[in-house]
Amino acid sequence: MRKIIILGATSAIATATARLLAAEGHELFLAARNAHALQALADDLRTRGARRIETAHFDAAQTGAHAALIESAAAALSGLDTAILAYGSLPEQTSIQDDPERVAADLNANFVSAAALLTQIAARFERQGYGTIVAISSVAGDRGRAVNYVYGSAKAGLTCFLSGLRQRLWSKGIDVITIKPGFVDTPMTATFQKGALWSTPEVVAAAIVRAMASHQTTVYVPGFWRWIMACIRALPERVFVRMRF
Amino acid sequence: MAGNLILEAGIGSWGRYPQQRHHLHVLWDRSRELPLFGAPALPYGRGRSYGDVCLNDGGVLLSTRGLDRFISLDEERGLLRCEAGLTFEQILDLIVPRGWFLPVTPGTRFATLGGAIANDVHGKNHHRVGSFGHFVRELELLRTDGRRLLCSRQQNPEWLAATIGGLGLTGLVTWAEVELKRIHNPWLLAQTIRFFDVDEFFALSADSERDYEYTVAWIDCAARAARGRGLFMRANHSPALDDLPPAPRRKRLRVPFTPPLALVNRATLMPFNAAYFRFHRAGGTPELVHFDPFFYPLDAVLEWNRLYGPRGFLQYQCVVPLGERAAITELLDRIGQRRSGSFLAVLKTFGDRAADGMLSFPRGGITLALDFPIVGPDTFALMTELDRIVLDAKGAIYPAKDARMPPAMFRAGFPAAERFTQFIDAGLSSSFWRRVTH
Repeated sequence: MRKIIILGATSAIATATARLLAAEGHELFLAARNAHALQALADDLRTRGARRIETAHFDAAQTGAHAALIESAAAALSGLDTAILAYGSLPEQTSIQDDPERVAADLNANFVSAAALLTQIAARFERQGYGTIVAISSVAGDRGRAVNYVYGSAKAGLTCFLSGLRQRLWSKGIDVITIKPGFVDTPMTATFQKGALWSTPEVVAAAIVRAMASHQTTVYVPGFWRWIMACIRALPERVFVRMRF
Repeated sequence: MAGNLILEAGIGSWGRYPQQRHHLHVLWDRSRELPLFGAPALPYGRGRSYGDVCLNDGGVLLSTRGLDRFISLDEERGLLRCEAGLTFEQILDLIVPRGWFLPVTPGTRFATLGGAIANDVHGKNHHRVGSFGHFVRELELLRTDGRRLLCSRQQNPEWLAATIGGLGLTGLVTWAEVELKRIHNPWLLAQTIRFFDVDEFFALSADSERDYEYTVAWIDCAARAARGRGLFMRANHSPALDDLPPAPRRKRLRVPFTPPLALVNRATLMPFNAAYFRFHRAGGTPELVHFDPFFYPLDAVLEWNRLYGPRGFLQYQCVVPLGERAAITELLDRIGQRRSGSFLAVLKTFGDRAADGMLSFPRGGITLALDFPIVGPDTFALMTELDRIVLDAKGAIYPAKDARMPPAMFRAGFPAAERFTQFIDAGLSSSFWRRVTH
């Protein structure tokens, strides 16, 4: 049975993941910014029979408060062995790409704050000698595209950070798992036209729980994205720059 | 018009008629106000009503798919509070293992709580307990102007009465509290009895109502000689038993695509109905049946509505007063003459408990439900003939199943419609409402 902190717990993918984890009997510490949504999620999980649900307000941008948050999670659950980082924001590319302030803010939200958090969690897990880190990155980080490269570059940074962290902690027996969902039907993508490649938060959640149990490293969800992104990465830059997708 | 929402075809109702286009907006957070789009919106659950009560042509559908959180379950008193986008399947998965059941359930477990309230759905136990609305203790109504109304029998009772059976037009039901029913296990003791004409049905029905919580009959409309023959089903929840069979595995058959022609037609119906009538285990002692196949036999085949082909189908469900039995015979005769039988014809008597909703369909009497593949203008002409019989019998048609009743028919069946209009949210509308009130 795990003691898990979920950062950005009210996101659609995190909510679906929390339901699966609570059903398996794990103890959860839910951290999120929106107090109403956090309370609604905690009520839902308790009604479904979760063994232990604790909550706390969490704003990723306030890096100064991260240490205290992790401490309070460990205190509330009497220990901490798993962290799931599930927050992020998907800005509309064209509305931010000419605004340096907003570009910086987005990189902060999706990458800088995450790197700062992971640094503290990694130190704690390394000290105690066990732990699992799961972070939700994105296939968008595999290659920069005109339509979402600000978001994509933040996720590329996150993927790279996780890769290095994994290598560093591998010998300590600490799992670092990178989840790369493709298109997922969530509030973040409400305005997108949905098609055959789209997946649901429940599918991603199931993949996360599987990845935790089987000590995987990088997981594309659904799995076919591994091959799609391999092809896209393999395109020569001269060809890629002429493409529109 | 509707911001950057996408106009989508392919979101529809269960009858797949009419086909309309909508902007879809998914709601995820019940504490948020409703978004404004400058176009009329309509709460939309899982699209399990048949006609156009859940449609809003050219407007916005507010999908409640993301409102799927439980709030509390009082296991002492059997009170469940949860968000309105939860389906009956999701609710049953939680409550059945804890010894509770839905107080009233329609014939599909894929309906949402919000949809069950908005259509004041009924079930096989109507003669004993009434309709779903009777078990709604409290709900929160969110209006497009941002107002939130807590509605119960003590607080804003007139808003509760407008919202039960209110077809989603009074506002968004964000959450509701429902009274559950105690059960010992997921099984029923059920019995099936053959009958050979409608009079026999009424005799069986009268005999069974006192001792059986659930009653319903299936009628073979395609039989030329034996018009009105059918199977009568009655059941009660199983008492506590030491030795229970294992729960059946939930089947996941799916109709994979829409065939170019309706597979439900006279050629397939006659032998199907005859075989069903003959080979169904009927008579004899009651047997244990799991609630899943008992209440939701059609849910075993996902997307069965595709069998009716690309043109879709119409469902015709009416209720006539108990004294108007002759109308039922006349309806069956008319359908038989036109040789346009129905895959599923369901007959049931409703009890006298008056519904709590202004626009509720259930009322004392006899209800008959039929499916018709749409083959062209003839299908609609037949419905018009059926309307006349129902109108003469002072009956009504069920809005949740309707895609074509004329305004006069609606007004006759729902005299409170006029009073209801003052409760309609100015930001909401539906294809059905515009059709029956224009």
